[in-house]
Amino acid sequence: MSLTDTSGASRPLVADDSVIRPKRGVERLLAGNAWLVFAFLYLPILLLFVLSFNDNRVVGVWTEPSLRWYRAMITDSAVLGALRNSIVVAFISTVVSTILGTAAGLSLERFRYRGQRTYDGLLYLPVIIPDVTMAVMMLLFFVQAFDLLGAMLGVSATFGIGTISLSHIAFNISFVAVVVRARIVGLDPSLEEAAADLYASRWQAFRRVTLPLIAPGVAGGALLALTLSLDEVVITSFVAGPGSTTLPVYVFGLVRRGVTPLINAVSVLMLVGSMLLVLASLLLSRQRNTT
Amino acid sequence: MAATVDPPRTQTPTPASAPDEPGLERAAEQAESRRGFLIGLPSLLYLVVLFALPLVIVVVYSFATRSRTGRTILADWNLSSYARLFDPLVLEIGLRSLWLALLTTVISLVVGYPFAYYLATRSPRVRGVLLVLVMIPFWSNFLIRTYAWRVILGRDGPFVRFLEPILGTEGQLLFTPFAVVVGLVYGYLPFMILPLYATLERLDFSLVEAARDLHATGWQAFWRVTWPLSRPGVVAGSILVFIPSFGAYVTPEILGGGRTTMIGSYVVRQFLSARDWPFGSALSVAILAVMLVAAVVYFRTRDREA
Repeated sequence: MSLTDTSGASRPLVADDSVIRPKRGVERLLAGNAWLVFAFLYLPILLLFVLSFNDNRVVGVWTEPSLRWYRAMITDSAVLGALRNSIVVAFISTVVSTILGTAAGLSLERFRYRGQRTYDGLLYLPVIIPDVTMAVMMLLFFVQAFDLLGAMLGVSATFGIGTISLSHIAFNISFVAVVVRARIVGLDPSLEEAAADLYASRWQAFRRVTLPLIAPGVAGGALLALTLSLDEVVITSFVAGPGSTTLPVYVFGLVRRGVTPLINAVSVLMLVGSMLLVLASLLLSRQRNTT
Repeated sequence: MAATVDPPRTQTPTPASAPDEPGLERAAEQAESRRGFLIGLPSLLYLVVLFALPLVIVVVYSFATRSRTGRTILADWNLSSYARLFDPLVLEIGLRSLWLALLTTVISLVVGYPFAYYLATRSPRVRGVLLVLVMIPFWSNFLIRTYAWRVILGRDGPFVRFLEPILGTEGQLLFTPFAVVVGLVYGYLPFMILPLYATLERLDFSLVEAARDLHATGWQAFWRVTWPLSRPGVVAGSILVFIPSFGAYVTPEILGGGRTTMIGSYVVRQFLSARDWPFGSALSVAILAVMLVAAVVYFRTRDREA
């Protein structure tokens, strides 16, 4: 689930292309299928873009283009509050999980010690676990933790930005680690050794040699964490307190009640946000291939 | 990995006769493992406290009792929540989830395989561009992409008006199993395409060439050579689509309505409205069990192929 390598430079190429290329009839079918898939992937998104500029209150009936719903969006205090919460949570969880995930990746790829396989397995679980299950886990954990804190220390804690951030970090560590490890695997260990031979301390060798080399992986992991945190709905809705909903959770609540032009405008905002993040990470992975 | 065979590096320049002093070498090696463990320790602790421990708590809750007011009593441990998994209503929801997830997986495979094949047989340049075009919607907000289908399949949407002669004026597409499967395929198709593409791209096509030289028809060469060789990608993609489809919550909630409840929505209902946490926990454990079976199938196939 890491960012896929788009280079493909090292694949075995067959001299005669005509053999592996299917016959023309089959080729046409394959191309047709590909265009249909692209239409399937992009038309719904395109439709939302167009409809968000529709002036009519009824979503399906086009009247005239306007920015009416965007104006409504930027003056809606609930949307703005949720957006602010989303950004705060995404920032906290990205910073913490990038540090922890990178450390986990280095520890598992660069060193050998006992119990590593168990650690490895534990690190992969959050990636594949269904979000509903993880949501239940987080809810019950915090309920128990709050009970314990109240009984032992007399501290009263509640659900809010803190619990959301802690939950997001829990799954983001794993995603960051996956991306960073993919980068470390391709790294030449002799570079760090060379630094050590030139009397660099462990820290200096890491700071000056290893870190710059894995930096694209770390940045890619951070962008993935940011995207996942900004998009997460299910876990967040379980551990959000009153007044601390994030933008996706707020939108989910609106969507369940029906389709409105305001949701279309917010949707476009969120789509543009996540697409900018994808483009950034794709550019990073391109840069990774050329270095 | 290379780390195991590397001579351990320490700041103090070790005497040149290091092999003669195995004790020193061993000590340095141990220091190196300890260092590695310490670097990984903070994240390990985080995952133990905020992932492994919560998992244990869910299992513990699944054996607890629900009081009449909806509170969970952590005593009188029993299996009644698990017994309820076999209620006809619950079984129906479970089977529907399995069925819809399987349907989603098969459709994704049928559409995704030729697509990945097409991608893998393009020139490297075209391949790169097409792959980016698959990735962009993949990383875009899942909730919003599902919402788009609610607009499309809704009463004012293009499909219902277009299909009115067939469906009749009372006919609808939204809030049907059809809508849920469309939404799930839409959401998870890239999970199928990417691993399929990864195996097909690395496939040694000279083997197909050899089959053709031995007078295999195109179809035979595909079934006897290409398909078996691409099986790891088929298995990986199928599991990556099946697991999230089976536990789906957002998609059935937005596109399925009340009549197409899937197990994910049913779990959420136990926590947010029915307040039956032990039963909800037992359901979560059941989802986890299905997921683990799928994961075991995946790793077995992968190891066998390797």
